[in-house]
Amino acid sequence: MTAIVSAEPVLELQDASLEYGGRVLWSGVNLDVRPGEFLAVLGANGSGKTSLLQAILGLRSLTGGRVLVGGAPARRGSRLIGYVPQQRRLDPLTPLRARDLVGQGIDGHRWGIGGPSRIRRQQLERALASVGASAYADRPIGMLSGGEQQRIRIAQALATDPRLLLCDEPLLSLDLQHQQVVTELVDQRRRSNDTAVVFVTHEINPILPYVDRVLYLAGSRFRIGSVGEVMTAQTLSSLYGVPVDVIRVGARIIVAGVPDSQVHELDHGRHPGSP
Amino acid sequence: MSGIWHRIFDFTDYGELLSLVHNSIIAGAVLGVVCGLISTFVMMRDLPFAVHGISELSFAGASAALLGGVSVVLGSIVGSLVAAFAIGALGQRARDRNSIIGVLMPFGLGLGVLFLSLYQGRAANKFGLLTGQIVAVDTVQMHWLIGISLIVVAALVIMWRPLSFASTDSEAAAARGVPVRLLSPIFMLVLGLTVAMSVQVVGALLVLSIICTPAAAAMRVTASPVLVPVLSVVFATVSTVGGIMLALGGSVPISPYITTLSFTIYVVCRTIGLARHQRGGVRRPT
Repeated sequence: MTAIVSAEPVLELQDASLEYGGRVLWSGVNLDVRPGEFLAVLGANGSGKTSLLQAILGLRSLTGGRVLVGGAPARRGSRLIGYVPQQRRLDPLTPLRARDLVGQGIDGHRWGIGGPSRIRRQQLERALASVGASAYADRPIGMLSGGEQQRIRIAQALATDPRLLLCDEPLLSLDLQHQQVVTELVDQRRRSNDTAVVFVTHEINPILPYVDRVLYLAGSRFRIGSVGEVMTAQTLSSLYGVPVDVIRVGARIIVAGVPDSQVHELDHGRHPGSP
Repeated sequence: MSGIWHRIFDFTDYGELLSLVHNSIIAGAVLGVVCGLISTFVMMRDLPFAVHGISELSFAGASAALLGGVSVVLGSIVGSLVAAFAIGALGQRARDRNSIIGVLMPFGLGLGVLFLSLYQGRAANKFGLLTGQIVAVDTVQMHWLIGISLIVVAALVIMWRPLSFASTDSEAAAARGVPVRLLSPIFMLVLGLTVAMSVQVVGALLVLSIICTPAAAAMRVTASPVLVPVLSVVFATVSTVGGIMLALGGSVPISPYITTLSFTIYVVCRTIGLARHQRGGVRRPT
């Protein structure tokens, strides 16, 4: 595949703001994400990270401002976006093989039953190979490990070669080794295909080597910048409004003193839509 | 002892009997196809309990119709749809859904018992609604059955891919533009229609044996999205048609034959599935 070489931003937020239940999650966000860029979205529970992804996917409208994907207003089912949902184990009896899950990324949204086609098959094989899952393509998806399932979800998201990859906590409940595998796959893709990545996570360390910029959401405020700019005691303290310590241990960043009460309180504001 | 056996299996005059119930056999085959197809989604969406709840309200509707002297089929459809609508509207999340079903089900069954005890007609009509009846399928019912089957099959075929995507991973499906929130209530209505039809043949108590068991069995032996519905249809049809044909040679209701066939298929599939699971879910090259 040839990389799409373009300096035009894939994703633009223009003075974007979102309220939920009368509470401002964030406002006045201006952000451009360019092809091949890796943006990490961090923040406390309920700070509106998932809501941001929903706005980009056209599943939730902003309270103010605009979201543009590929230069056009965000809309549902955009072909430009690939989406990797939160890691969740699929039921062991799910009547699908690994390849069928990837196939859903190609034509799962279409009406009707659908038949086999050569182009679809090639797309499928390519997506499976790109995440190194060809060996277990015919295994029942429910019998794969959590890490293998997550690889397949990435293949599903990448099957149609999107320009923007949205990942919502894809590392949750994966062991360290699989966290590494998953982040490397995502990084590889943005390098080979210039795919922009928006990676929502509550834990920055697994993705630290790859991140270009961080969008940190907390307490109705936000900060955008490089890891060095955002992940400092000063910045986080001003975001949370209380003293927060940021300690660097080797290649890891440890954040201490994030107020529990705030995390707890914000938890109640989480949207109830997800099952 | 042999007397009991004789009541369960008695194949004298079988050919003659068969010609009397060819309507029922066609009905059984149609039902097998429809239930086998929908069974796949019932399992994927974790709805067996909902099926049970809908069937009890369908029973209430049917017995109300019996009492009121109107079409029993229509009554059971109305009951089914009311239940499907209530479960679909009030129980988006699994926990809410189960508690709503748990509340609705005994209420429906209670209403049904009330209507039946007020009913002065033939006793066989009463019992049939709960445990199924074999010669009850007349031409008018056949028209209903085939009409509804066509609607259900058409709806399933149209929704197949998005519904299967939404049933596997609703978040990923929504992100891809699948109208997840719309599909859910539509599926409940289609399921309601299917249950109403099934109640006519196997009775309200045993609907699960043809709407849940077939796909549950198929999923034990394969994970292919093509083979699961195909096997499920085969299993359901073998159970209904086989059950009707066996029931002809006996004087007990139809449902024990259907449920026993369907259960036997499940046990066999589970045994095969156990071996498959031990091999790690793949057929190894020999």
